[in-house]
Amino acid sequence: MTTKANCGPVWVVAEQVDGRIQNVSLQLVGKARQLADELDVPVEVVLLGQGMKDVVEPLFAAGADRVYLGDDPVLNWYHAETYTEMIVSLALKIQPEILLIGSTCTGRELAPLVAARLATGLTAHCIDLKINDQRILEQWIPAYGGLISIICPQKRPQMATVASGVFPLPDMDESRRGELVMLKAPEAVSGRIRTLEVVRREPETVALESASIVVAGGIGAGDEDGWRQISDLARILNAALGCTRPVVDAGWAGHETMIGQSGKMVSPELYLGIGLSGDLQHLIGVAGARVMAAVNKDARAPVFEQVDYGIVADCREFVPLLIEKIRAYRQSR
Amino acid sequence: MTLQIIVCVKAVPDPAQAGRIRIDPATRTLTRADVPLAFNPLDRNALEAALQIKEKSGARITVLSMGPSGAESIVRECLSLGADHGILLSDRAFAGADAYATSFTLARGIENIGKYDLILCGMASSDGATEWVGPQIASFLGIPAATQVEELTQADSQTLIVRSGMENGYRLMEIKLPALLTATRKLNRPRALSFSGIIKARKKQIVQWGLQDLGLAEDQVGQAASPTVVSAMTTRTARRQVEFIEGSIEEKAEILVQRLAQAGLI
Ligand SMILES: Cc1cc2nc3c(=O)[nH]c(=O)nc-3n(C[C@H](O)[C@H](O)[C@H](O)COP(=O)(O)OP(=O)(O)OC[C@H]3O[C@@H](n4cnc5c(N)ncnc54)[C@H](O)[C@@H]3O)c2cc1C
Ligand SMILES: Cc1cc2nc3c(=O)[nH]c(=O)nc-3n(C[C@H](O)[C@H](O)[C@H](O)COP(=O)(O)OP(=O)(O)OC[C@H]3O[C@@H](n4cnc5c(N)ncnc54)[C@H](O)[C@@H]3O)c2cc1C
Repeated sequence: MTTKANCGPVWVVAEQVDGRIQNVSLQLVGKARQLADELDVPVEVVLLGQGMKDVVEPLFAAGADRVYLGDDPVLNWYHAETYTEMIVSLALKIQPEILLIGSTCTGRELAPLVAARLATGLTAHCIDLKINDQRILEQWIPAYGGLISIICPQKRPQMATVASGVFPLPDMDESRRGELVMLKAPEAVSGRIRTLEVVRREPETVALESASIVVAGGIGAGDEDGWRQISDLARILNAALGCTRPVVDAGWAGHETMIGQSGKMVSPELYLGIGLSGDLQHLIGVAGARVMAAVNKDARAPVFEQVDYGIVADCREFVPLLIEKIRAYRQSR
Repeated sequence: MTLQIIVCVKAVPDPAQAGRIRIDPATRTLTRADVPLAFNPLDRNALEAALQIKEKSGARITVLSMGPSGAESIVRECLSLGADHGILLSDRAFAGADAYATSFTLARGIENIGKYDLILCGMASSDGATEWVGPQIASFLGIPAATQVEELTQADSQTLIVRSGMENGYRLMEIKLPALLTATRKLNRPRALSFSGIIKARKKQIVQWGLQDLGLAEDQVGQAASPTVVSAMTTRTARRQVEFIEGSIEEKAEILVQRLAQAGLI
């Protein structure tokens, strides 16, 4: 009988906002559970915040065996240096095999700081994680019209960031229990960076991530008028409006509405892509859609390989007509 | 006391043509495409931030780039835009560096420059786009970093107020120099080249440093010092079976609405 090589736990560094654990963290705990079962090691979560003791249950329900909790007023707001210090010193002690972090605004800053201090590799934009037959983590990312696997063969932990929506929320087992380990927060926090204020607005429009219909427009919209037509369509469908990168570059829409590898991941019932080519870096963000349709004037556009319904048309003519037909259909009911 | 600013600039495959680099489905290697090098778009915002500080309160701007000798033209463009010095880290041994090794080499380059108050990077490159290089340089230098900066003001000679983007909002921070910031597109509108700038920059020297100038060994740089490696490539396999909706443009709109209504989607 062969004995399995010993290795450390699978870690997730979880994120909380105003005392609420973020969905991406629960998604990652779910994935970590699968990876850890293959490696036969525990899942451990590190969570830093304030007043968190009563909100850690979902982490156990999602699959964590142990939660390291730093619960202190100085940890209330994300603070780069304090968070890095606490995670690094614990990681040096526990020696995790894998460390996953959500690709959020703060996660994307924290992850490279931790990786540099641990002198290990870090993979961005992962859309799949697999343990290979050498028990090494394959981190798949979209690139060059395909997918590439990045590995970190020598250094530990193997670190990756993953956007919200790449992995589903796991089935929550409310009866699952785990161990809660309290971490001591540092007495004093470095004053080199001081957070003065954190401001969050309620988004005015339908949130892309939770929308049941997503209308996405590409640079084929042509100009601001063409873009306005597409946003009218989204409004009439009560859909969230998304876009491709060239649309952000053109200034028609904000970066927060970009869908894809470096933007949002969406999983609507219906995705309608208009005037976009269907580059994998965009479509990877739509992988979870149920029904997909695309409008493009070029019948050979790659997007038509990835959708259920294809319409070859000039969107400048087609979108106003579609709006009209939707209105007519609604009135007829 | 003049502020010493270092701007890190990456020469990237021209984003407008980078789509020509593809994975060959048969060989599972990258197809060769002679895509020219270009100025990484967000690094223009980083440089612009430095130029605005220089205009307002005086500064010396050094541009630092690691790349092949062809990257020199990008550094030259920075000089034309108003940077004072240009340094290119170029050596065969630097090739194949991942974000970690790139950051380590750039940090060494910065230590070699000597004094600095502020380091500006783009938030992301247009090719690898990891966003790791800025914060990792800061980590190697032991200075604080703020990423995703959308707004920047000088509070006093030693303190900056920065606004960093967050989901549906922002964080406002006070940060003590020396520090590193990464620039977003929202930070400013980069200026265009001027003819007089191009003429002035002709006289400026671009310094080139290799492995020995940085006092590094071969196994501390490039692929040899990179924790990450590419282990496999595939082209996409998952496809949907498309139904093209035919007819006049009006019929197409009509039929699409029917299909979506039948599927309970609208
Ligand atoms: C590291 C990296 C990360 C990236 N991340 C993302 C990301 O997260 N999200 C993202 O979207 N992109 C991302 N990109 C960019 C991505 O590679 C593509 O360039 C982009 O998605 C293409 O956008 P597009 O389809 O709007 O434009 P194009 O590819 O230029 O396509 C425009 C399409 O519109 C069609 N068209 C033109 N006129 C009309 C008309 N009148 N009516 C109908 N159709 C028309 C054309 O036939 C064409 O197919 C990334 C790139 C890199 C390198
Ligand atoms: C498709 C793809 C995916 C990759 N994924 C990963 C990955 O997951 N992990 C990993 O470690 N490496 C990865 N790499 C390698 C990585 O892109 C390169 O190592 C690169 O040298 C640095 O990272 P970046 O381009 O992601 O820079 P980013 O961190 O996105 O760049 C941010 C800023 O850092 C500065 N900067 C970056 N490079 C230089 C330079 N050479 N000279 C001067 N300033 C610079 C610029 O100011 C730039 O705006 C990937 C490469 C590709 C092509």
